[in-house]
Amino acid sequence: MELVNLALKSIFVENMALAFFLGMCSFLAVSKKVETAMGLGLAVIFVLTITCPINNAVYIYLLKPGAMTWLGVEGADAVDLAFLGAIAYIGTIAAAVQIVEMTIDKYSPKLYSALGVFLPLIAVNCAILGASAFAVQREYTLAQSTVYGIGSGIGWWMAIVALAAIRERLKYSNVPPALRGLGITFIITGLMALGFQIFGGIQL
Amino acid sequence: MNKATKKILVDPLHVQNPITLQVLGICSALAVTTKVETALVMSAALTFVLVLSNVSISLLRNKIPGSVRIIAQLSIIASLVVVADQLLQAFLFDVAKEISVFVTLIITNCIVMGRAEAFAMQNPPGKSALDGLSNSLGYSWVLIAVGLFRELLGSGKILGYTVLESSTEGGWYVSNGLMVLSPSAFFLIGLIIWVQRALSPEMNEES
Repeated sequence: MELVNLALKSIFVENMALAFFLGMCSFLAVSKKVETAMGLGLAVIFVLTITCPINNAVYIYLLKPGAMTWLGVEGADAVDLAFLGAIAYIGTIAAAVQIVEMTIDKYSPKLYSALGVFLPLIAVNCAILGASAFAVQREYTLAQSTVYGIGSGIGWWMAIVALAAIRERLKYSNVPPALRGLGITFIITGLMALGFQIFGGIQL
Repeated sequence: MNKATKKILVDPLHVQNPITLQVLGICSALAVTTKVETALVMSAALTFVLVLSNVSISLLRNKIPGSVRIIAQLSIIASLVVVADQLLQAFLFDVAKEISVFVTLIITNCIVMGRAEAFAMQNPPGKSALDGLSNSLGYSWVLIAVGLFRELLGSGKILGYTVLESSTEGGWYVSNGLMVLSPSAFFLIGLIIWVQRALSPEMNEES
């Protein structure tokens, strides 16, 4: 039950894209079509599901103050490697992204070319580093961090698909020429984010 | 200065602006723009990281194998960010305490990685340095402009000095609470894009 609550919380209340504004670059740039948005969203869910628990494990068993005690070497319990956190997490993430990139290139070249530079950029999608950092900061267990990773991924996927659906409908509206495309997208995202503020403060 | 160099220097300020046209580095643009001061320090830190990472990745561009390039680029960027963070803590401790989290987030600032992928991997170090510099300037002016409006309209101050005396301190200005919230940064950037594209219609998108 606690895990279900955590999942709901990470999908809606703490939506990575619309409540924390993480992963915005690809969110805005790859939301022109529902199909590509779907592809990128699924890739993000996949990467988050893998990296969130791995990074949490890296912190618990390697970096946390006193984490090296299991080595059994004298003085190991005094080692504090927490300052290496960011570099270690980004290493895991970059490796996972590289695997996803090679897989998509092999099995769906069409999606690969549609995602373009934003596929390698998943590695620097701040939603992913953010989720790892939050999981560590809140001292989640491995099970919790897995659920949190999946939940944040689903939330981000939902938000980008929703934005892409709105943008597809925009074709039929008469937007001033200079505001077309990116400009109006920014304003829509702002409105969506304002809407998502209603979830703020809900306690599960 | 020949035409190609000038193009590298000038384009990212306006027609190829990293934030308003290439859509890179948005997250930090939203997070650090509540005040002008944080926007300034963030811009300086980004300039440092972007120029050095462009140069070092460009120097190594023929040595990095394609299949591990993401990890190679990220480790260069992450090390530079750690250096920038340590420098800030050594020389600007008060500001550093406030924005340390965002400086760490430069690792995931897509401008750095985006320019590495799109420019530094194909071009010699000199050009890459210029490209890094001009892109960070393009990023900085948008960040500072957004910060200026958010601080002025949200709390009536600029760089901490009171400009519009707010009603909570006995003045006349009723501060706009929306400007303190993150969605306002979206609206402001949207408006900046509108102005830019109204000035240079060649930036307009079809559809």
